[in-house]
Amino acid sequence: MQNSDCRDAAGRPILVLRSVGKHFANGVTALECLDLTLREGEFMSLLGPSGCGKSTALRIIAGLTSPSSGIVDWRGPPMGKTDIGFVFQEPTLMPWADVFDNVWMPLRIQGVSRRKAEPMVAEVLERVHLTGFERAVPRELSGGMKMRVSIARGLVTRPRVLLMDEPFAALDEITRFKLNNDLLELWQEQKFTVIFVTHSVFESVFLSNRIVVMAASPGRIYEDVALDAPYPRDETFRTSAQYANLCRQMSDILGDAMHAGPSAMPDTETARVDA
Amino acid sequence: MPARQPCLTPKRPVSMLERGQDNPGLITPPAPVMAIDPEEAGRLRARQRERIGRWLLPVLIMAAAILLWDRICVWNAIPPYILPRPGVVLDTLIADAPLLFSSLLVTLKITFLSLLLAVVGGVGLAVLFTQSRWVEMSLFPFAIILQVTPIVAIFPLINIYVSDQTAKLLLCAWIVAFFPILSNTTLGLNSVDRNLIDYFKLNGATRWQTLRYLRLPASMPYFLGGLKIAGGLALIGAVVAEFVAGSAGQSSGLASRIIEAGYRLNAPRLFAALILISFTGILIFMMLSLVSHLILRRWHESALKQEQ
Repeated sequence: MQNSDCRDAAGRPILVLRSVGKHFANGVTALECLDLTLREGEFMSLLGPSGCGKSTALRIIAGLTSPSSGIVDWRGPPMGKTDIGFVFQEPTLMPWADVFDNVWMPLRIQGVSRRKAEPMVAEVLERVHLTGFERAVPRELSGGMKMRVSIARGLVTRPRVLLMDEPFAALDEITRFKLNNDLLELWQEQKFTVIFVTHSVFESVFLSNRIVVMAASPGRIYEDVALDAPYPRDETFRTSAQYANLCRQMSDILGDAMHAGPSAMPDTETARVDA
Repeated sequence: MPARQPCLTPKRPVSMLERGQDNPGLITPPAPVMAIDPEEAGRLRARQRERIGRWLLPVLIMAAAILLWDRICVWNAIPPYILPRPGVVLDTLIADAPLLFSSLLVTLKITFLSLLLAVVGGVGLAVLFTQSRWVEMSLFPFAIILQVTPIVAIFPLINIYVSDQTAKLLLCAWIVAFFPILSNTTLGLNSVDRNLIDYFKLNGATRWQTLRYLRLPASMPYFLGGLKIAGGLALIGAVVAEFVAGSAGQSSGLASRIIEAGYRLNAPRLFAALILISFTGILIFMMLSLVSHLILRRWHESALKQEQ
């Protein structure tokens, strides 16, 4: 079923990775044989310890790095430059430019004039609750607000897929919770697809309807878990027994993944965690 | 969850004074604290002292030095053609003002033109370097050779090859001034946040867009740092070039006034010209610092006011 409450299963494939591997020239195998199908409307987390290749996988999906082997196959209408939004771990804003100019930049690169971009930027800034900060430069903003600008910049082109590389890892917990809620709200409103790289079990369980657990050396998928907890998820969900239960199960899986043998065969069996 | 509320309410620390009051339930809001503790007060005083001392001290020392200079002349009865008294220098500066200032104008023209060319050449080359590492690797040694060879040693060659007087001086001053701009801007253009470069790549930005929107603004602090150095060097280059050219009797800039005055043992004018050059250098530096501050003040660490 596919509605705003639970959109985990029925979306059509938007991205298929087939046996994607990445071997660096220094002999390190960052990724080994990654098979993954991303469905439209999914909120998928890539969860794993550092060094498991989750960021490399994201860079390959974004097209910033090319895979050593395998195929990255985008389905549906051809993906244009504006169809992928990217949010980095750091806000990665241009310090000399104000909020408006930072958010305008992806449009500007596409040749959208300031006047034409104004309503689009205003709208996306309103969505991330930054209306009125158009003229502020990054250094005048708090860490959370900078991240909001970064998210606004990622969303201003109305991408079909939003790639996020540990975006909230450097924020304090209160700000992170707030941004988690806002991100879910945006996702439900705008119905884009998310790949969210994180090393936080709690964050991934709160946000996603699918968690791909990865194991390190070599980087590979350890387990692919679907989460049934319904949306919208808010503070009530965060304090619920269901959430705690899911977190415990995911922690166990992650713990297993971290102790998995260094070169076990990639395990792509699909599990389903019930609350 | 109202049930949990009480234990979550932070307890406000109660002072002895409040505890002693008759009515502990009605706590008067603390009056806005205006009294500063001794340490803060001391810090405030120190800051004020420093603010005044910052300009007062140099002025006092300068005045004392000039006074000492004057006294030394009087005590030792030094003749003015060896070491003129400061008052005499000042008189000469005023009396010779038309001559000196018209010469200064000539020198300034060379200085600013060469600085302009240094900016164009330095930034242009830096941009070329960042477009291709091969170009940088091939051409950078030439820039270094030009930089490390003393301009006085190159000038006789320039004198042979270039006939136009202004072009000769410009070339000289340019060689001295362009290197800091080139090396700083190259550094700046290469110091862009890797993630931002990736972001531009992700959005399909062209080379030109990346340069215009990302690399050039990011290199601004470095470029302006180079510009400040180059401003002083352009003046030095212009004066040195005039010196070398002037010894052949071909120049009308400040340097030629100095040479002339030297030949005639006109020490007061020598000093006057020297002071004029120094002040010009200081003015150029202050002007470029102001430009740098105005451009960077909103975003770059170097231009921000020091916080406590």
